[in-house]
Order: sequence, then structure tokens, then C-alpha cells
Amino acid sequence: MNRILKNREVWLALAILAVVIGVTLRFPRFSQPGNLLTIFNDTSILMMLALGQMAVILTRSIDLSMASNLALTGMIVAMTNAAFPFIPIPLLIAGCVVAGAALGAFNGILVWKLDIPPIVVTLGTLTIFRGLVFVISGGAWVNAAQMSTDFIQLQRGVFLGLPILSWFAIVVAALVYVLMTRTTLGRAFYAIGVNPTASVYTGINVGRTKFMAFVLSGAISGLCGYLWISRYVIASVEVAGGYELTIVAACVIGGVSIAGGIGTVGGALLGAIFLGVVNNALPVIGVSPFWQMAISGAAILLAVVLNARGERSKGRIILKKAEVVA
Amino acid sequence: MTDPILTLSGISKSFPGVRALHKVALELYPGEVTALIGENGAGKSTLVKTLTGIYQPDEGEIRVGGQVVSLPTAIAASNAGITAIHQETVLFDELSVAENIYLGHAPRNRFGLIDWKTMRAEAQKTLDAMAAGIDAGIPLKELCIAKKHLVAVARALSIDAQVVIMDEPTAALSQKEIEELYVLVDLLKQDGKAILFISHKFDEIFRIADRYTVFRDGEMVGKGLIKQTPQGEIVRMMVGRPVDQIFPERSATIGQTVLDVQGLSHPTEFEDISFAVKKGEILGFYGLVGAGRSEVMQAVFGMTAPSSGTMVLDGRTIAPRSPADAVEAGIVYVPEERGKQGVITGEPIFKNVSLPSLDKTSRNGFLRMVEEFKLARTYTERLDLRASSLSQNVSTLSGGNQQKVVIAKWLATLPKVIILDEPTKGIDIGSKAAVHGFMAELVAQGLSVIMVSSELPEILGMSDRIVVMREGLIIDTLDNRNLQPETLVRLAAGIAQEQAA
Amino acid sequence: MTDMSSAGRQLPDRLDNPLKSAVLSWESLLVLVALAIFVGNSFASPYFLNPWSLSDLTFNFTEKGLIALAMALVIITGEIDLSVASIIALASTLMGFALHTFGVPTPVLVLVGVLTGLGCGAFNGFLVTVLKLPSIVVTIGTMSLFRGLAYIILGDRSYGGYPRDFAWFGQGYIGDSVISFELVLFAVAAVLFYVLLHHTNFGRRVFAIGNNATAAQFSGVRVDRIKFVLFCLTGLMSGLAAVLLTARLGSTRPSIAQGFELDVITMVVLGGVSILGGAGSIIGVVIAALIIGLVTFGLGLLNVPGIVMSIFTGSLLIVVIALPILYKMWKERRA
Repeated sequence: MNRILKNREVWLALAILAVVIGVTLRFPRFSQPGNLLTIFNDTSILMMLALGQMAVILTRSIDLSMASNLALTGMIVAMTNAAFPFIPIPLLIAGCVVAGAALGAFNGILVWKLDIPPIVVTLGTLTIFRGLVFVISGGAWVNAAQMSTDFIQLQRGVFLGLPILSWFAIVVAALVYVLMTRTTLGRAFYAIGVNPTASVYTGINVGRTKFMAFVLSGAISGLCGYLWISRYVIASVEVAGGYELTIVAACVIGGVSIAGGIGTVGGALLGAIFLGVVNNALPVIGVSPFWQMAISGAAILLAVVLNARGERSKGRIILKKAEVVA
Repeated sequence: MTDPILTLSGISKSFPGVRALHKVALELYPGEVTALIGENGAGKSTLVKTLTGIYQPDEGEIRVGGQVVSLPTAIAASNAGITAIHQETVLFDELSVAENIYLGHAPRNRFGLIDWKTMRAEAQKTLDAMAAGIDAGIPLKELCIAKKHLVAVARALSIDAQVVIMDEPTAALSQKEIEELYVLVDLLKQDGKAILFISHKFDEIFRIADRYTVFRDGEMVGKGLIKQTPQGEIVRMMVGRPVDQIFPERSATIGQTVLDVQGLSHPTEFEDISFAVKKGEILGFYGLVGAGRSEVMQAVFGMTAPSSGTMVLDGRTIAPRSPADAVEAGIVYVPEERGKQGVITGEPIFKNVSLPSLDKTSRNGFLRMVEEFKLARTYTERLDLRASSLSQNVSTLSGGNQQKVVIAKWLATLPKVIILDEPTKGIDIGSKAAVHGFMAELVAQGLSVIMVSSELPEILGMSDRIVVMREGLIIDTLDNRNLQPETLVRLAAGIAQEQAA
Repeated sequence: MTDMSSAGRQLPDRLDNPLKSAVLSWESLLVLVALAIFVGNSFASPYFLNPWSLSDLTFNFTEKGLIALAMALVIITGEIDLSVASIIALASTLMGFALHTFGVPTPVLVLVGVLTGLGCGAFNGFLVTVLKLPSIVVTIGTMSLFRGLAYIILGDRSYGGYPRDFAWFGQGYIGDSVISFELVLFAVAAVLFYVLLHHTNFGRRVFAIGNNATAAQFSGVRVDRIKFVLFCLTGLMSGLAAVLLTARLGSTRPSIAQGFELDVITMVVLGGVSILGGAGSIIGVVIAALIIGLVTFGLGLLNVPGIVMSIFTGSLLIVVIALPILYKMWKERRA
């Protein structure tokens, strides 16, 4: 019981439930199954991105270039689709994942081989990638009319009552869960975050592991590039502008420690869902969408304060009686 | 006689300003424990780092099973079958005990995925075989230091290592836990593993080692079979001088109480700590590593906040809430972790020395470099600092000279009480004598000195009175007259009189 | 262990020649780069060497440069402030709000901007030093929060109609000269920050914290107090930049100064300040600000759009950090 109460995923789930119940009390339609599924579908992209960001943060790094990566791969795939509408969509999606992974690998190489702090690298690539969107598109948009029907409709298909977009999120979450808990690489993400020095002694290549985390976050950004563009049916330089912070916010709210080594797939997903629920609730209770940014900022700060309270070391345990209490 | 598994020959390693290892040799035999003996700074840690692929030797040859190997990385060392259990257990707090044991070689299922169930069961089996009494499923951070050590041993057992290095494995263990460790060492021996056992405690070495190799000042000075060598012989090799270390004569007259600490407590680290130090007195703090002595001193220095207790300095009640407050009041602290807490590596000597005294050397907050150099020169020369210039980066100084920089920094603030935490840990013998001589000089000038030390000769040779701590409590405060070393050890380890005899 | 450094009783102050190390410094390399771009620009465009266009050039870096001066100190202590651009947005919005709601006069308007900045900085500083939170997450949070507040107040509207005498802060010149008020302010601030960092006890402690915060604390440096002051100072400079920028643009939108934080950090890092803390100089930051100004202005003369310029800034940031590392690796490989 004690262990359940210490579990922050449980608290976060309760917080989400509280928001849902609170809104439902005044607007009963909010918690109808259909609306809840819509919220889930709306949050799918954020959930996937948060998982990629989590892998990076676990390794004591940060990827601020995810949104720009998404915009760039999104523009590439939209322009490709507009120019060659006959290319099958699954192939385009695979291309997106590869392109995104390549951009992530660029970040990762700089972190691994040159040992440049990840925040500097990804602050740089944040602008570079977005600038490249302008360069390849010449500042023009790709709109719905230019995209093929398949391109737009694929994620809107329904399978077992859920839109395909939601299925993407579920599959990615399942894959990342297996990666994080059942593979050497996934455990290495945690190990180098908890104790980089000890990781070296256990034979983990710290630089290479970080590189792999960036490749993963890049691949997910690339996938979301396609999903984002086909969902909002417009590709432009501004796509997902500033969204990198929302992704970090989802992780921080989900209990992923910015100091590395702590975080779970469930937590990151709940962090994203929390933001999704709040954003969907705002218009329902009649608050202007302009509140969104401030609310996610406040949520980040609140989450980081709460995380720090749990993580703070209370000094060494030397006294025998203290050992019993702990 | 069997051939050695591991042979080192002609290994040398230098760092800027320090020759850590000079043409040393070492052989380890299967199923035998070889003790590596040497004082702090003899080169033992450097050797361990060379064997585990952290340092690369400047010259020399490493052979495993007769084959010459190079160990460019920790992975290479691990692949060559060499594993180490470290002084400070380097394990993963946030991960489970089972994962700590199996990280890097976890059992897989037929899909190539980590098999948690088998892993946990295997880990539990290893732990139970050791009678460790640890649940493999809980996070490591819930264990105390001694238990974490057992997990490290379990890890070594689970890896198919030929060579196990145990670097001061008993430093943080209680007597009972040490006995349990001996059983484990026997287990490893029966497994045919070659064990390098690093320690400077002779009772341990004679209890479990088959062979010994002695290092002094980075050189190998002797080796042989434990059974054929009298203890005095090894001691002589280790120190290279008569065993009775010479400590300076002191002429200080002990005066009034300067600092009086009453009932100092902390929720988890220590409780009801009361002691007083007088003018011209050296008060020693003895105890096992991890007994809470440093924690008490850091609370006195304002680094951590005590939950209760009072401190009176020169008749005035003080409650320092930060080191800055303590320094202002006249209490300074020479920390044990010199590299992390003592010197600011990356900055030159004079900036290190002047840092706490900037208000004195500056005018209206503006720096006056001339004054800073003057201050730095005055105090570093009093301590006979060896350096090429005052602008030399402290990171390029040897441990002993770094310690002199730290002491110089504090003397420049004209303190009333100076706390020295393991003041001669990891420094060469020459600097050691200089630090001891200087402490005698300080008390002669009317300062009060508190010295935390785990070295018996030092604590007995320097202190006027000795406070003994165990598990966060003060066990006794003794006058240092005709004290037997055994008395201190007994008190510190909590062994009853009849058992010790 | 033996000591290889032999000793005389009298230790010299220093061994290296200060003049020689000055010539070989990062700053002199930056001066060369700045000169090269300057010459390049004057070839690229015939309008470049006109005094008025040179004066225009300075507007490209003065506002960001002001913040970079304070940011340099924050980064030297090993912290970072990503919220500076959002502080500008909030300060500018509150100035517009004060003007339109209460019709305050210009001096009060300036005060509102500067104090908002100070308040935001103090809030960051409180979270970092009192609650002991990592500055990178804190300022990612306040980056959202501060600009989010601006959006709550303004939405998709904008404030305009700032008084003429207020506009002088962003558009005015000293007397009849071509020297703008912004440039003078930047120059004065640069001198003040230079003295603060390199010639005061405070500056010395800033470096000590960046090199080893724990050892600095153990040496009696009030680490948290200094960090708090630095976050306040960065907020204050951001508030000041908000006054200048608002006065220059003559209007406020919540999206004002978007992406400024990146340019500011680029200036600081390009100026030779180590992102890991402990090293850097104000002279370097000033020259780096000038270089960024020259580059943006030069590309502007060539009609390169802003978003493409940002590719350049981003690459500059990475290349400038990567080059010394590559050079070191190359040297080690040869050795």
C-alpha cells in the first residue's frame, strides 16, 4: 500500500481523473466515451514525442530539436507526396522515420564524438532544421489540395473503434515499453543516467548509448512529422513551432527527472495525457486557448518542484534508528 | 606450482607533477588471495585503475593467462575477465538489486529480451548462497552501505571473472559483516578465482591472504608468501622507516575553552554530539569510516543544518547557516575530499588562497592583485609549498601540495578553530610530516585544532584528547595519556572487552 | 610520490608573458573574424560603409547584447536562463497594459518594463537557489509561463500608440550624431559588466562558483546569493531590452522577441564563455555580439530572409564549440 502511494504515476492518474471529474460535474458531455477517445487521439502525437524525449532525458541529455525535426521531415514528406502522389504511404512513413532518425543521429554524433553539451547541440539544430524547412520549401505551404487522399485519410481510418492515429501511439508506446524494460539498450539508458561512472565499469559505452537515444527521439519525431502534417493537412515553416517545450513539459510532468535515470513509459504517457486533458478542457469550461501556454509553464514548474521533493537526498543514514525508519 | 593468471611487469604511470607507478610488477594466482599492501599514496589505486582499463600505463606489459593484453577501456578489462569491487561501491541506486548484479550480462529469453524472472531468481540464489539476507527485487537505494557491498560481491560472483580486485572492501563494514566477507572470499577462492585484496589493515591481511606484494611510493618493494614472512618485516617494507613514526614535540599550553558544542543532532546522521575544544589543543576524532565524524564537522561548519543543539564560540552563541557564516565567526574546515571540496581546480594557486580573504585584499570590492599575491605568498611560503609560480593551476600540484594550498587559504583568514578532516589522506610522507609539524605550530600560536582521522598512529601521535564515534554517536572522550591503540579500535568497532582480548 | 616541480623559496607571481597570451587568445581570433566579415560586407554591398547604415547595423545586436552581458555571468556560474525572450514579451506586454489602462507617463513606462524584468529574474532565481531546482528546467518552465501570461493579457491583439518621447529609447540618437542611444547604453553596460566580472570580488567569486561550486561553497562563498543576484541581473537586463525593443518597434505582440534566447546564448558561447561554466570574458562577448550584428546585417543587405539567417546562427553556435574540440583531437592524434 505504502509503495502504491509513493508511486507518482498513481498520483498523476488521480490528478487527471480529478480534472476530468471536475469538468464533468459542470459539463457532463465532457466525459462521454466518444469525447475521451477524441482527447486520446488528439494527444497521440504528444505521447509518442514524449516517449522519445524521455529516452534522451534518461541519459542526462535533452533534445530541443524534436519539433523542428518534425517540421522538417513533415515538409519533406508533404512535398514528396505532392510531387509523387503514387508513392505508397507506408513507404513514405518509413522514409519519415529514416529521415528523422538521420537528423537525430546528427545530434547524437555531435554529443557522442565531440562531447558537446546536448542543450547546445539541440539549440543549434532547433534553428538549423527549421531554417531548412524554409530553404527546401522556399517559404511556400503545402496544403490539403496538394496532398493525396491516402496521405490524408490513412490515420483517420478506424480499427476496432479507434482511429489509426491512436493505434500508432499504442504501438509506439508498446515498442518503447519493451525497449525500455526488456533490452540491454533500454536498461543502458537508465544506467548511464543513474551513474555514468559505474556504467563504464559495467561495460556500457556512454557516448554510444546517448547517440542511440538521440536516434530514437529523431525517429519518433520523423514519424510524427508525417502524422502531424496529415492530421492538420498543412505543411509550413511554422508547424509545431515552440512545441519542443510542450514535449519536455509532458516528460517533466510525467515524473521524468531532468537529472537523468528516473522515468517510466507510463509516467511520460500520463504527462502527455494530462496536458491533453487540460487543453481539451479549457474551451469546454470557456477559458480562452491563450491560457494554454501559461498553464503548461505552471505545470512544468509545479511538477519539477514535486519531483525535487521526492528526489532530494536527506543526508546519509548513519544512525541505527534512522535506518529502521527508512 | 601453478602459473599466474595475471602478470604485470614494468608498469609505469605518471601524472603531471606525480610519478604514481614506477616499473611495478605483480602476479596473481588462481585460487589464491594476494594482498596488495601499501600506505595511502603508494600507488594502489592507480594500479587498480590501470587493471580496470580506466588508466593506460605509460609503459609495461599486462598478461592474462600468458597472453599479452591491452586494456584500453573498462569493457576490454571486463572481457579479459578482470572485475573490481571498489572502495566506494559504484552501483546504481535507482535500479533493483537484481539488475545491479546482472547489468550488462542479463539472462535473455528466446526473443532476445531480458528475462526479468530468471534474472531475479538467479540473483536471489546468489544472494542467498552468500547468506546476504537481501531481497533481490528492491531498489538498491534502500540498502545500507554494507549491504550494497554485498551486492557488489554478488555481481563479481555472477560475472565469469578470473581476477577479482577487492579495493579496501572492509572499510565501511562492521566486524560481523567483515567475517561474512571472509566467507565470501573463501567462496571465490574455491571457485578458482585470483583475488587481489587491497588493504592496509594487517589483521585482515594475515587472516585471509596467501601472498603479498608491497608498494611504496609507486614502486614494488617486496613480495612473497604470507606464511613465510613475519609481520614486522612487511611493515618495514611498507613504511620504509622504523615503525614508530616521529610526531612533532608540542609545547602548546592549553587554555580556556574556545568552542563548546552541546547536543548537536541531525535526523539521520548523528545525535546528541557534545564536545569542547580549548585554546592550544588538538582534539582528535576517531572512528571507522562512515561513523559520522565528517557529517558532524560539516554541521559545525554550517554546510548542513542540525536539527537541534547549540554552539558557543568564545562565549558567544553561534548558529552558522552557511560556511560563509562559519568562516566569519572564525571556524574553518579542511575537507576530506580535497579535489571536490578543497581546492578549486582550474584556478591558479593565488586565487584559491585569496578566495575567502577577498574582502581583506580588495578595496571597496575592487580586486587588488598585488595584495592577493602578497597574501598568497606569505601563507604558501610558511607551508613550504612546492610550485613553479603562484599562477600555477592547482590541478597540476601533487595531493600534498594541494592540501597545503587549502590550509594556506584558511590560515589567511586568521581563524580561531581549524577543523582538519583526514588531513594526510592520500598525500606523500614528506608532506605528511610537514602537515603534522604545521599543526603543532598552529596550536603553539594559540589556535584550536579539531582533527578527524582514521589513522591510529596519527590520532595517537597528534591529539591531546580523543573523541571516539560510532554509528553517529559519541562513544567516549579520552585523555591521550598511555592510551592503547586496541582501546580505540575496540570502542570504534563496538567490540566488547573480553572478545578483543 | 615525488614532486617534479622543483621549488625555490621565493615563488614568482607568474611565469608566462601576459602580452603573449593576450595575442594568442580567443578574443583576438574573434577580432580577426569581425574584421574579415566587416571587409567582406563592404565588398558585398556599396551601401555598407555609409555612416547611417553602420549606425543601423548596431540595432542588430544592442538589445540582445545587453542581455548577453548578464547571461555570460549566469553561464559562467554553470547555470542557464532560457526565459529571457519570454521576459521581454511579458515586460513589453505589461508596459502596453500600463499605458492603455492607466495612461502612465514615459518614466513610469520604463520603470514598469525594468521592474517586470527584475521580478521575473527574481522568480527564476528563487526557484533555482531557494528551491534548488535545475535552472534549465526552471527556465524552460518560466519561458512558457512568462510568454503565456503575455498571451493571456493580449491574446491575438497588440498594443501600440506609445508616446513619442518613449520611442526615443529605441529610435533616438545622441544629439545630431549617428550614434544611437541604444549603442551608448550597450557600451556603458559593457564597461560596467567588464569591471564587475574582471575587477571585483563579486566577479572572482562568479568564476570560482563556475569552476567548482562545491569547493567555492566550502571556501565561504555564498553561492546561492550570488546566483540569485545573477538571475535578477539577467531579468533586469531583459526588462531593459524590452524597453528598447518596444520603443524601437512601437508596438507589442505576445510573440515579440521570439527566439531571442538562442541568439543571446550564441553570442555568449561564441564570445568564448564555456557552456560548462568557469571561463569566459566580457570582451569576448562584446566582440561576439558585434560579429552577430555584422553577419545579420550583411545577410540583410544581400536580401537573405531572417529564417535562413537563423540557420547561420545555429551553425555558428555548433561550429564555434566544435572547432576547438576538433583541433584538440587532431593535435592529440598527431602527438
